[in-house]
Amino acid sequence: MKRIVGVLGIALAIGLSGQADAQTLKTVRDRGALICGVSQGLPGFSNPDDKGTWTGLDVDFCRAIAAAIFNDPTKVKFTPLSSKDRFEPLKSSEVDLLSRNTTWTSSRDALFNFAGVIYFDGQGFMVRKALKVNSALELNGASICTQTGTTTELNLGDYFRSNNMKYEVIAFGSADETIKAYESGRCDAFTTDMSQLYSERLKLSNANDHVILPEVISKEPLGPLVRQGDDQWFDVVKWTLFAMLNAEELGVSSKTLDDALKSKQPEIRRMLGVDGTYGEQLGLTRDWVVRIVRHVGNYGEVFERNVGASSKLGISRGINRLWTKGGIQYAPPIR
Amino acid sequence: MTKTAFYNNPRFRSAFYQLAVLAVVIWFGVEFAINARANLEAQNVRFGFRFLQDPASFGIVQSLIPYGEQDTYGRVFLVGLLNTLLVSALGIVFATILGFIIGLARLSPNWLLARLAGGYVELVRNLPLLFQIMFWYLAVLLALPGPRQSLALGLQPLLLSAADGFAYLQRFGAPDAIAQWWRSLAEWIGPPAIYLNNRGLIMPRAVFGEGSRIVAAAFVIAILAIIGLRAWARRRQQATGAQFPLLWPSLAILVGLPALATLAVGWPVSFDLPQLRGFNFVGGSQVIPEFTALLVALTTYTAAFIAEVVRAGVLAVPKGQTEAAMALGLRRKTTLRLIVVPQAMRVIIPPLTNQYLNLTKNSTLAVAIGYPDLVAVFAGTTLNQTHQAIEIIAITMAVYLVISLVTSLAMNAYNARLRRADRWRA
Ligand SMILES: N[C@@H](CCC(=O)N[C@@H](CS)C(=O)NCC(=O)O)C(=O)O
Repeated sequence: MKRIVGVLGIALAIGLSGQADAQTLKTVRDRGALICGVSQGLPGFSNPDDKGTWTGLDVDFCRAIAAAIFNDPTKVKFTPLSSKDRFEPLKSSEVDLLSRNTTWTSSRDALFNFAGVIYFDGQGFMVRKALKVNSALELNGASICTQTGTTTELNLGDYFRSNNMKYEVIAFGSADETIKAYESGRCDAFTTDMSQLYSERLKLSNANDHVILPEVISKEPLGPLVRQGDDQWFDVVKWTLFAMLNAEELGVSSKTLDDALKSKQPEIRRMLGVDGTYGEQLGLTRDWVVRIVRHVGNYGEVFERNVGASSKLGISRGINRLWTKGGIQYAPPIR
Repeated sequence: MTKTAFYNNPRFRSAFYQLAVLAVVIWFGVEFAINARANLEAQNVRFGFRFLQDPASFGIVQSLIPYGEQDTYGRVFLVGLLNTLLVSALGIVFATILGFIIGLARLSPNWLLARLAGGYVELVRNLPLLFQIMFWYLAVLLALPGPRQSLALGLQPLLLSAADGFAYLQRFGAPDAIAQWWRSLAEWIGPPAIYLNNRGLIMPRAVFGEGSRIVAAAFVIAILAIIGLRAWARRRQQATGAQFPLLWPSLAILVGLPALATLAVGWPVSFDLPQLRGFNFVGGSQVIPEFTALLVALTTYTAAFIAEVVRAGVLAVPKGQTEAAMALGLRRKTTLRLIVVPQAMRVIIPPLTNQYLNLTKNSTLAVAIGYPDLVAVFAGTTLNQTHQAIEIIAITMAVYLVISLVTSLAMNAYNARLRRADRWRA
C-alpha cells in the first residue's frame, strides 16, 4: 500500500510540479545547501556512519561541489535512494544531482545529463569459495541475487543468454536485502558492479569465504548526473569532476596546495585562479579549484582515501589511473 | 406561500454545488494533463504505450506463463499480474480458513483453546507485516539447508530411518532380517521426490500424457454426479425427513469414476522427478521461498483480523438463537454450523471483504523479499528501465482498482444470495 502511495506521489509530482527549475545553481545558493542523491549505504562510495556522517567517493564529489560553491564542504544534504527509485527524485527536482554509482547509458542520457565518469567499472560476480567456481562461465544453472532497477539485471540476462547458460535471478529492492539473501545461501552468486562487490563484501560476516570471479561482463562507466535543461548547472558539476582530475594531473593536492599557489607553471596558475577568471565564467569564484582541493582533495586523494589500496575496499586504481599513468581518466583543460 | 428567490431554492442550490464541484474536478484533470505533458516534453519522455512492445531483457524468477528475457514489457506485466493474483487468491483462501478456525476457537468453551487463539490474534496483528514477511523469509525459509543438504520428504527417508532404528536394535539381539526388510521396502518405494531447502520446495511435476483428458473428464463427471446426489438427498429429506448418508457414496464416486477411466485408458500421468545437478535441483517443479514467505505471512497476518471479524459476527447473533437450538436438542457443532454461522455471515461479510482487499494490497510488500509481483516487476523494474512513469502507474492503479472492485462485487453478490436464502428459509 505504501508503495502504491509512493508511485501515486510520483505521478502527482510529474503532473503537478512546475517546469524543471532552470537555475539550479541559484536555487542551491539561496537554499544554502546542496541536495545530493546518494545510495542507501555502500561503503567506499556513499555510506553513513553511526552518527549519520556520510563518507565515500560519491559523497566526496558532492562535498567538492559544495566546497566550490560555498567554500564549505559540509553544506550538503544527502538523500539516500535505492537503485530502483533513484531517477524520479532527480526528475522532480527533489535532489540537485545524483552521485550514486550510476551507469552512463544512452537511454539514461536521453533523459538526463551525465557529467562525466568518476569511476570506470564493469559488472562481476561474487561466489562462496566453497563452491570451487573459478569462472563466471561455470555458473550454468546457478541462482543469482541482484538488485532491481539496475543495469546489472539487464547485463545478467544478456550474458547468460549469449553463453547459452541457464540461471535463476532473484531481484531485491535494496542492497541490504540482496546481500542478506546471498549470505544466507539463497543464491550461489551475487552480481553487481565490481566496485560494489568489494564494497558489499565488507558487509558479509566472513568476507574471506567469498571470492570475486575474474570475468568483467559489461562496461559500467559510473558518473554523476543532473537534469536536462540547465546548462550552467551541468557545467558546474562537470567541471568540478574535471577540476579534481586536472589537479591530480598537475600534482596539486591538499598537501601541496599552498606551494602550488606560488607556482610559476601557467597551467597551475590558471587552474588555481591566480591567472584568469575561469571559475567566474562557470558561475563560481576564481578560487573554485583551490576550494575543492583544500577541502576535499584531488581525484587521486579522494580515490585512495575511499576505495584505494590503503582503504578497507583495497581496490587498485587500474583503468581509473590518469591517462598520463596508463589509465583512461582524462579531463579537458582549464583555459 | 411566499415566493423564494431562485438561489434559495434547495434544488437549484444542490445542482449548483454539484456542477461547481464537477467543474473543479474537470479543471483539475485538464490542468493535470496539460502540465504533465509539458513536463514530460521538457524531460524528453515520449508519452504512450509503445514501450510495452519493447524487449524487457531482464529475468523473472517465477512465472506462470512462459517468459524469457527476449519477451516484452507487456509480457512482464502479465507475469507480474498473474503472480499477484496467485499469491492474493491463495492468501485469501487460506486466511479465510485459518481465520474462521481461530475466530471460532476464541469463542470455544475450552479455556486453553480460547486463550491460545486469543494469544495468536494479539501477537500476530500487533507486529508489522513487513517484519513478519522478513521473519518468514530470512529467519525461517532461508535458514533451511542448501541444495546439497536438502531435507528429503517422502516415504523412503521415513522407511530408511525405521530401518536404521531396527539395525540399532540388532545389538540387543533383534534379527537382522527386520532391518533388511525395511531397507528393501524403502528401495522398492523409490527415492524421495520432494525436497526442501533454501531454494524452495522442490516436487515432482506431473506430466499429463495421452488419455489424461478422459480421466479429467471422468473427474468432472464425478463432481457433477455428487452435486446431483446432494440435491436429490436434500429434496428427499425435505419431503420425507429421511436423511441420506452423503459422505461415503460421494467419496466412492469421486475415486471410483476416475479410477475406472484410468483402468480403461491406462495410467496417463508420468512424473518429472527433480534431480540434484550442479548448483540446484533440475526438473520437477519448484515453489520458491519468496512466494512461500509472502503467502505464509499474508495468510497468518490476515487470519488474525479475520478471526476478530468472525468472533464479532458470531457474538452478534442473539444468544436466544443458540439457546433455542440447544433446547431443540441440537449439538454444539450442529448449532454452530446450522444456526449461528449462517446468521453471523451477514455481519461478517462486509468487514471480511475489507480484509480481502487489504491482503491484496499488502501483497505489494513482495519487492522487499524479491517476489516478482506486479508492483515489483512492472511498477518497479519496468518503470525504472523505461521511465514511462505515468503510463505504468496508471495501468498499475487501474489493475488494483479492478481487482478490488471484482472482489467487492463477488462478495456483495454472495452476501445478497445469503440474504435471499435467509428470507426464503424464514
Ligand atoms: N551501476 C548500475 C548498478 C548500480 C546499483 O544501484 N548498484 C546497487 C547494488 S550494490 C547499489 O548501489 N545499491 C545500493 C542501494 O540501493 O542503496 C546501475 O547504474 O544500474
